[in-house]
Amino acid sequence: MDLLNAFIALSNYVLIPGIAYGSQLALGALGVTLVYGILRFSNFAHGDTMAMGTMATILVTWLFQSMGLSLGFLPTALLALPFGIGFAILLLLGTDRVVYKFYREQKAKPVILVIVSLGVTFIYNGITRFIIGADDQNFLDGERFIMSARDFKALTGLKEGLAFKTTQGITIVTAIIVVALLFWFLNKTRAGKSMRAYSDNEDLALLSGINPERVVMITWIIVAALATIAGTLYGLDKSFKPFTYFQLLLPIFAAAIVGGLGSPVGAIAGGFVIAFSEVTITYAWKKVLGYVMPEGLEPDGLVQLMSTDYKFAVSFVILLIVLLIKPTGLFKGKSV
Amino acid sequence: MSNDPYGDRGNKDWSVGNAKGQGSIMPKASGKTHPAPGGPFLIGDSMTAGYGAGPDILHDCTIAVDRGEIAVIVGPNGAGKSTGMKAVFGMLDMRKGHVRLDGEDITNLSPQDRVAKGMGFVPQTSNIFTSMTVEENLEMGAFIRRDDFRDTMAQVYDLFPILKEKRNQAAGELSGGQRQQVAVGRALMTQPKVLMLDEPTAGVSPIVMDELFDRIIEVARTGIPILMVEQNARQALEIADKGYVLVQGANAFTGTGKELLADPEVRKSFLGG
Repeated sequence: MDLLNAFIALSNYVLIPGIAYGSQLALGALGVTLVYGILRFSNFAHGDTMAMGTMATILVTWLFQSMGLSLGFLPTALLALPFGIGFAILLLLGTDRVVYKFYREQKAKPVILVIVSLGVTFIYNGITRFIIGADDQNFLDGERFIMSARDFKALTGLKEGLAFKTTQGITIVTAIIVVALLFWFLNKTRAGKSMRAYSDNEDLALLSGINPERVVMITWIIVAALATIAGTLYGLDKSFKPFTYFQLLLPIFAAAIVGGLGSPVGAIAGGFVIAFSEVTITYAWKKVLGYVMPEGLEPDGLVQLMSTDYKFAVSFVILLIVLLIKPTGLFKGKSV
Repeated sequence: MSNDPYGDRGNKDWSVGNAKGQGSIMPKASGKTHPAPGGPFLIGDSMTAGYGAGPDILHDCTIAVDRGEIAVIVGPNGAGKSTGMKAVFGMLDMRKGHVRLDGEDITNLSPQDRVAKGMGFVPQTSNIFTSMTVEENLEMGAFIRRDDFRDTMAQVYDLFPILKEKRNQAAGELSGGQRQQVAVGRALMTQPKVLMLDEPTAGVSPIVMDELFDRIIEVARTGIPILMVEQNARQALEIADKGYVLVQGANAFTGTGKELLADPEVRKSFLGG
């Protein structure tokens, strides 16, 4: 038994990657849940909004890199992020003006808007591939590790190493800041409260003098920022590939629904539930169990419940279970 | 096939869309107003109106309230009482007639611009923000105000002391009578020049109803004219300065509350003898 080494191995392969991935999903799910709560439809274009925003960030990053601008040990992409967000804001407001506004004025039912957003997905998807291509793009620079496995071993003298990537650190810190800002905005500011009021009861919001178009505009701006940040963090941590971002829709929606669609707290909790389920189910536990189990009982196999190829199945199954057993999600969202 | 190309054809799957709380007031741009002096403080003058492209629901219907008065609209189910209120508030399509407020023709204004003009409206249903606290409901009522509205909030709390006690509770968790108080309080937060109430006592117990009527009289005493629709015709006419009996979207009887209560025809048809 070697609990300390077991814990280090667990942190290295499960906890830290899980927290980082969970933060990325949570940021994505927050965007989905805001659109669902305020604009009242499931936005299938969210994954590709993330891709578009990230693409803009990458292009600006490359520009900065060619100009020799950098942030030292931090990735240059952080410097380019505000430009990516700006692009995503213009993109979403433009889409709203050209597409969604028409349906809003007809008081189209949400299910119509869901299909409309699917159309928007394909257009975004095509534009992204047209501009940056369908291949993997790497745009990470700066210091790769805050703490590398070798340094950790040298520092502590333990057998197991603990690697902590810069991108993981940035992801976690950014997620905390963004979530805190968002909650402060929604609960304390006049504009945030008007968004909640509009989400609760559109007609009464109108009768209270709240301008619906303004609420919609603020929502798209926040969603653009959340999507770009989530997309860029994911791209830095893994890599940027347009199709992967489309696929991210599933875990993101699963996260939003597990937490309860329309509930921001739920989106965050859901993000971590999905991330940890994916990581723990596709992780080979041989190493950790090797430290924990008594002598002679160490497993011979990999003790991996599912191959990583099936990681999407995990979010899909969780989604099914939640919809069957507790459709309103953990935090009482709005879906029934 | 449905006639409504933007409807959901009965789809109730809320995992893809959140129809709850979706509005029914069609967005409309405000037109011009022009001065029209004389007449009562607020009047919907010979209104003929209906929803969208649908048939006329109101036929040459007139509703008015003057300063310091309580005007009550009564009538059988489906008489167009609520529709009359909505027409005065610009929530349906006016085909004929005018709405005038304080010597100004506001027929072409959107509902939200009427709020800015000083009209307060309490709908019959969904008249509070259920997921927000009582205090947030009042704050949203004061949304158009940029000045300090704490005085007004204190006045609302004086009028409805129970709301002060429950101010940090979600409004959706309150009882029926308390919800109606939140609804009226929210509308009072704009400091309206005229208050329109659509069945403020719907679905509350008789004791609570009496209390609500007392409160409404108290609001009227502060000088705000009140135009309201009521199911409880007898009780409402007792406190009314002016009463309108609507039948099938048209004025059937008009008079002071006492006159209508005394009118044998009205008694026989609407007050149960």
